[in-house]
Amino acid sequence: MSDQPSALATNFADYKPLMDRNAALVEANRCLNCFDAPCIRACPTAIDIPGFIKKIATDNLKGSARKILEANILGASCARVCPTQELCEGACVLHDLHEEPIQIGRLQRYATDRVVLEKKPLFAAAPKNGKRVALVGAGPASLGCAAELAQLGYETVCFEKQAQPGGLNTYGIADYKMDYATALAEIEWVQQMGVEIRCNTEVGKDVSVESLMNDFDAVFLGIGLDGVGPLGIPGEDLDGVRDCLEFIAELKVRPKEEVSLVGKTVVVLGGGNTAIDATTQSARLGAERVYMAYRRDAAAMGAYKHEQELAKKDGAVFVYNAQPVGIEGANGKVTGVKFVKTAVVNGRLEYVDGSEYVLDCDVVLRATGQGKLTGLIAMFDGVETDSKGRVKSAEDGQTTNPKIWTGGDCVSGGKEVVNAVAEGKRAAQSIHAKLGAN
Amino acid sequence: MADLKCNTAGIISPNPFWLASAPPTNTGDQIMRAFDAGWGGAVWKTLGEPIVNVWSRYGSVDINGVKMMGLNNIELITDRPLDVNLKEIYEVKKRYPNHAVIVSLMVESKREAWHEIVKKAEDAGGDGLELNFGCPHGMSERGMGGAVGQVPEYIEQITGWVKEVATVPVLVKLTPNIADIRYAARAAKAGGGDGVSLINTINSIIGLDLDTLAPNPPVNGLGSHGGFCGPAVKPIALNMVSQIGTDPETLGLPISGIGGVSTWRDAAEFIALGSSSVQVCTAVMHYGFRIIEDLVDGLSNYLDEKGMTMDELRGASLPKIRDWKELDLNYKVNARIDQEKCIGCGLCYTACEDGAHQAIFSRRREDGRTFVEVKPDACVGCNLCSLVCPVDGCIDMVEIPTGFDPCSWEQYQSGEGKLAPRPAGH
Repeated sequence: MSDQPSALATNFADYKPLMDRNAALVEANRCLNCFDAPCIRACPTAIDIPGFIKKIATDNLKGSARKILEANILGASCARVCPTQELCEGACVLHDLHEEPIQIGRLQRYATDRVVLEKKPLFAAAPKNGKRVALVGAGPASLGCAAELAQLGYETVCFEKQAQPGGLNTYGIADYKMDYATALAEIEWVQQMGVEIRCNTEVGKDVSVESLMNDFDAVFLGIGLDGVGPLGIPGEDLDGVRDCLEFIAELKVRPKEEVSLVGKTVVVLGGGNTAIDATTQSARLGAERVYMAYRRDAAAMGAYKHEQELAKKDGAVFVYNAQPVGIEGANGKVTGVKFVKTAVVNGRLEYVDGSEYVLDCDVVLRATGQGKLTGLIAMFDGVETDSKGRVKSAEDGQTTNPKIWTGGDCVSGGKEVVNAVAEGKRAAQSIHAKLGAN
Repeated sequence: MADLKCNTAGIISPNPFWLASAPPTNTGDQIMRAFDAGWGGAVWKTLGEPIVNVWSRYGSVDINGVKMMGLNNIELITDRPLDVNLKEIYEVKKRYPNHAVIVSLMVESKREAWHEIVKKAEDAGGDGLELNFGCPHGMSERGMGGAVGQVPEYIEQITGWVKEVATVPVLVKLTPNIADIRYAARAAKAGGGDGVSLINTINSIIGLDLDTLAPNPPVNGLGSHGGFCGPAVKPIALNMVSQIGTDPETLGLPISGIGGVSTWRDAAEFIALGSSSVQVCTAVMHYGFRIIEDLVDGLSNYLDEKGMTMDELRGASLPKIRDWKELDLNYKVNARIDQEKCIGCGLCYTACEDGAHQAIFSRRREDGRTFVEVKPDACVGCNLCSLVCPVDGCIDMVEIPTGFDPCSWEQYQSGEGKLAPRPAGH
């Protein structure tokens, strides 16, 4: 085997590569160091952004990484996966000067990579206070919560049903933003401060809810969401129709050649950021054509504008006002998706009579929104959900069961990694406020 | 296109831009390529007894990610054989009769040694001589260069020896490593020097390597102080040039200005402070001979727009440079922030609050942006906010009439003048 990356693997090269020192210094020095900086306020974890950037400018990389990571323990991930255009970089005052905003995400990566990926300890667990907290799931919310608790002296155990920790941060991020190994390396770094993670351990199956409630002083639900369920249209059982999250997870762990889509036509159903990830990655796997089919119009599309642009640059064709009504196949394999055109009439989305058409394809990826883990939530007595199935919680993350806290996608319905980390950390502080004094 | 032809103490060049005596003028080949590119003159890298150089020679100061804002060197004078340099000087002059070739000289402080080198340089065809009394490193340890330039009596004596035999104009190159440059300039004039060139490099340690704790540039683990030049030294050079131009004893002494000249704007400043020609080194070491195109083009466009000749520009700023005691204490300015242009970075607030006179008010607007406004009663018109503001024309310093007649410190002290009211506490 050659050490050279294959052509397909090259398509997945970092799209925001690590800066070298000189590029970082020039960029860091472009930062104005605003008073009451708007970028800080746009960051869900309120990182002192001008502060860490000025430390890069003085080559104080350890200090810079500390500033980032004490605010956001998954700062190395977020440097790669945050939609910075919508958050910190979107708030940069340089927009008003019609200049490019500071590349905050790339600077954050420059500062954090060598600490986190080289697993240099930066924060230590406090002496144990005798209290134990169980965390259900080991995704960004639980990791944010556990890391904070460990630094406050709590024993923390994360129960994770997957083979590896990290949740969607490990299995659900487009590979050109962050690869599998990087996500796992970061979690190993977090574990150094005394966070225990038990993988292949599903709560309710491998370990009972009762034991969690009895053996721990508090429980944190960082369970995220379920997969993308079926649409309820004919033909979904055909070979080639799948949940896009499964597809994204598969290409995290398998060589790109093995999941190649060279010569294939792919239809992605959905209009959100996950649909974009499925679309761009299909294109990068060599698909001949990739359609992203959305049932409403361009203006209603939920995916960030910059993500939409990326998918278009990758050659994807966006099909708007397309409601899938059936999946067609032959010999058990998908051959196309049947759509009907939609239109908004009197504020309601309606089908246009007689407008059915078929897009021929080999693969259909469902990206129409994740379901809720209703069954798992129901196992926790007293934990209520809202009308959309999201876990109800107070501002500080406490659920309607006073011993249980929560955060992340199971509460928000699906947001960014940075939001989940912030919510996990906030819950940890609330847990400490309630338990710490005793 | 403005006529840039230039006469520096009798040395004629097609434009005022000369290469300073330094690595860019090490060989005839370099100088000929520079002349082809458009340079008006070149000061040949200092001739003397051949020396031996160390290998690691330059170090730089990078500021805020910008490279080589200051350069320091521990290179000595030419390390090429004297006869090779003289042959090349002859060759260059033969091929470029209209360009100025000035020969920089440094030999031990003996009359015969100076007589000999001066004759050789003239025989080779040099249009002028420049006496290197400035080099602050290495040669000064041997009693030459800066060791001469720091003692006005030595400057006068050696200049006198040179003038005993010289038939071409003699410029004396001065060191800034001295308490008052005027004494050195007066000595150069008293010794018969036809003009001065300044500044030579400033004594410096450019910085340390914090891994090895050795100074830069490192020579097998050790270092030595060197000569500092480049854009960072320009303000020091401008002041020294202006001091010579305003000193009654050296008034009118021809000057070749040196120190951080990188652009035509820098050159215009040196000329407005009394320089006839300017010498450039660091900018060429950074970007090459090609920078001459914009130096010539920019200066020419500037003169055309101002409707001035080179002669009119030369020294034009000198009458405006006065002692502090002559400045008008009743001239009042206040900062004015253009709210349309403000981007809300708040840098003016931070600078004024912590670094100046607490005259800017800041609050967070409803849309989350920072709003800043000047408190006129507190503003002392120091300019700091307008200096830190990143937006062109956002903060202007606006003149506020006080209704009082101008009053200098001298007038105030003598009781002749009356002061306008100042902000509280000032």
